[in-house]
Amino acid sequence: MALSGAALTTIKEVDAMSILSQSFEATDGASKYDLVAVLGGEPEVMFRKAISEMGGMSNFINRGDKVCVKPNIGWDQPVEMGANTNPKLVAEIIKQCFDAGASEVTVFDHSCDDWRKTYANSGIEEAAKAAGAKVVPAHQESYYKSVSIPNGKNLKEAKIHQAIVDSDKWINVPILKNHGGAQLTISMKNYMGIVWDRGFFHANDLQQCIADVCTYDKRPVLNVVDAYRLMKTSGPRGRSLSDVVLSKGLFISQDIVAVDTAATNFFNQAREMPLENVTHIGKAEELGLGTTNLEKLRIGRLRV
Amino acid sequence: MLKKIRVALSILLFTLITLYFLDFRGGLPDWLQWFTEIQFMPALLALNVGVLVALLLLTLLFGRVYCSSICPMGIYQDMVAWLSRRVNKKKRYRYSKAKNGLRIIVLASTVVAFIFGFTLLVGLLDPYGAYGRMVTHLLRPAYLAGNNLLASIFSSFNNFTFYKVNIYIVSVSSLVIALITLLGIGYMAWRGGRNYCNTVCPVGTILGFLSRYSLFKVKIDETKCNACGLCAMKCKASCIDAKNKRVDYSRCVTCFNCLESCHRDAMKYKPVTPWKRYEPQKANALNEKTAINNTKKPLDLLANPAAGQPKIVNDKKSTGNLDASKRRFLTALLVISLPAKEFVAKIGSETRLSRRAFKRQTPIAPPGVPSIDHLLQKCISCHLCVSKCPSRVIKPALLEYGLGGMMQPRLYFDRGFCNYDCTVCGDVCPTGAILPLTKEEKNHTQAGQVQLILENCIVYNDETSCGACSEHCPTQAVRMVPYKGALTIPEINPEICVGCGGCEYVCPAIPYKAIYVEGVTTQRRITIEHEEVDEIQVDDFGF
Repeated sequence: MALSGAALTTIKEVDAMSILSQSFEATDGASKYDLVAVLGGEPEVMFRKAISEMGGMSNFINRGDKVCVKPNIGWDQPVEMGANTNPKLVAEIIKQCFDAGASEVTVFDHSCDDWRKTYANSGIEEAAKAAGAKVVPAHQESYYKSVSIPNGKNLKEAKIHQAIVDSDKWINVPILKNHGGAQLTISMKNYMGIVWDRGFFHANDLQQCIADVCTYDKRPVLNVVDAYRLMKTSGPRGRSLSDVVLSKGLFISQDIVAVDTAATNFFNQAREMPLENVTHIGKAEELGLGTTNLEKLRIGRLRV
Repeated sequence: MLKKIRVALSILLFTLITLYFLDFRGGLPDWLQWFTEIQFMPALLALNVGVLVALLLLTLLFGRVYCSSICPMGIYQDMVAWLSRRVNKKKRYRYSKAKNGLRIIVLASTVVAFIFGFTLLVGLLDPYGAYGRMVTHLLRPAYLAGNNLLASIFSSFNNFTFYKVNIYIVSVSSLVIALITLLGIGYMAWRGGRNYCNTVCPVGTILGFLSRYSLFKVKIDETKCNACGLCAMKCKASCIDAKNKRVDYSRCVTCFNCLESCHRDAMKYKPVTPWKRYEPQKANALNEKTAINNTKKPLDLLANPAAGQPKIVNDKKSTGNLDASKRRFLTALLVISLPAKEFVAKIGSETRLSRRAFKRQTPIAPPGVPSIDHLLQKCISCHLCVSKCPSRVIKPALLEYGLGGMMQPRLYFDRGFCNYDCTVCGDVCPTGAILPLTKEEKNHTQAGQVQLILENCIVYNDETSCGACSEHCPTQAVRMVPYKGALTIPEINPEICVGCGGCEYVCPAIPYKAIYVEGVTTQRRITIEHEEVDEIQVDDFGF
């Protein structure tokens, strides 16, 4: 009994430590940049360039970490539609996590379409498994754990997937898309795939709830925005290839507000989308989650 | 030997068709579908001439092999009967007289009801359909529970080979009907073996009629037989009259149990030469003329309970009864179904009203059902589509299609929505009630039309963003258009709606949904106009 009690407290301590070290890393100035934008390459090539500019993956992932990589796998659409995160990018991130010493990488998304179809047809399940990750289901409430969101305005608690709750670190890998309701779906909107009850969001001021959920204690160590393909209209599901632009971009930052601001400005070139329209970004800034003032940041702009 | 082959074949076919019904992950090969297509009633409804001819030939050659080894309900009865004999070892079957009057009345009623569009009766009595419902509503939940158990064991070891699925009652009425079928037919089988097949089952009656003329038959060698009655005790069809050394071939399901029971080797399964086929056991009873008469009037022969003992007066009498009963049945049907349909439908929709603000006027038939009339004519409610639908949006109807369409599939969006690219229900339907669609056809088939109740909408009421409906819409029949400030609000175009129900399922408005799908009586092809692709180049950072 005593032994198991001791083991338990040790585990708790380790948990606490990892949270501490995480927040420590966030303020660590190991990388030259706060935000890196890369244009003109293949997804995995752009990521390699971006992460090395950010000081390498080992700057964010420690040896032995249980890592969760959370792409957007919401829709039963092929890669060309740009409805889901690019599988090549997901695979590259997983690979780099393992290279940095991750003990385990899990991948999931609470999909909108039938999860078996989205996992398969997005190409992510196959690519992630090939890279050595565990692809876990997220279609049942029992996979989710209740957490409190003390700093949320409308959203005070949520059920978050255990893969995130139980992880040491997580990486947020959204795709940049138009969204009928939220205007754009980027890093913050991608959080809706880690929660069970999305209906609550829609029914209680969607934009506020998106900002609220991002205040959840365990922040992603990185936000990697896939803008290799950009769905400019009919998002987030998309109707036909005429909705999609091959834009070949990638944005990476620890500041979720900044990275979404940068991605919005990028999107604005394909279709008019003023930052004020994507109101959850401003609301998140109010909650102190980051800054929309890109001027203040050290930004790396690179081309492949 | 013949019996062993029969048992092996039955177990194999039974296992495969049952697993095919249960397999929710699509892990089994598609060709297993064939076992549903070779069932008699589906083949008849789908006008699958090849299968029908094959089944009829099979019966004309070898007797009711279909009933013995292909029909899953027949095998279910054998299993129950086998169990009852294990429990009570002293149990013996006894020869009983054929209940041909009952058989013909049930068959005729079924046919007449079917012709008049009341498919429910065929659906209830057809053994394949009834078995399908037993699997879907009774066995499937247990199967899913087993899967969930495995899933929790495996996932605790961080293995996700199995995944959990929700278990719920799809339809109470169909569950009750399946349970009554299971218990009713089970009870009959426990008591008297293949009693259902030889009294009620319309397929059994049709094939029983043919099997009288089959080439291969179980023959009693009268010189060897001492009328000990061992064979009759083993006969689960109760069709061997050992005293008179006669077999009622219309009821024999060629199970071959009798062959192995005979100590004197007096029973043989062998071809009976055509000129001897109609030969009565009591050679003096029938002259040639009546034999010809009988072959000309097969129905009369079937209606006559004592085969080989022509009682022409009785024949007329029973057909007379038949007509009368037909008339009674029809009148009753008309009297009951017309007003009852309206009446019960009213009750049904009123209870729905209290739950939801919208009232669906027309049920939504699965995509690939050309029209509701087509569905009513073709579907025997085997519920293979209910079982196989990956999105689990197909539910047996209560009275939405009227009484005649009870248990037939309809879409509902309480637990999911129809996947845009999925064509499973049409692919698996063995009766052609749901026609198979290609992905392209499915993408352009309108199973329903979207309806918007703006006053329920969150954007309209709360003036906050939502867009959940449009998000799920594959054709953008619901799209978000500029509203106040940065807000967007749904706008519908029912013309290009496929009726998948994504919007209805996901609409978070409470207590009443703001968007729903209305069914259509006839499905049509929609035209989706694709706008010109304007080449957009993005080659700057934008910040």
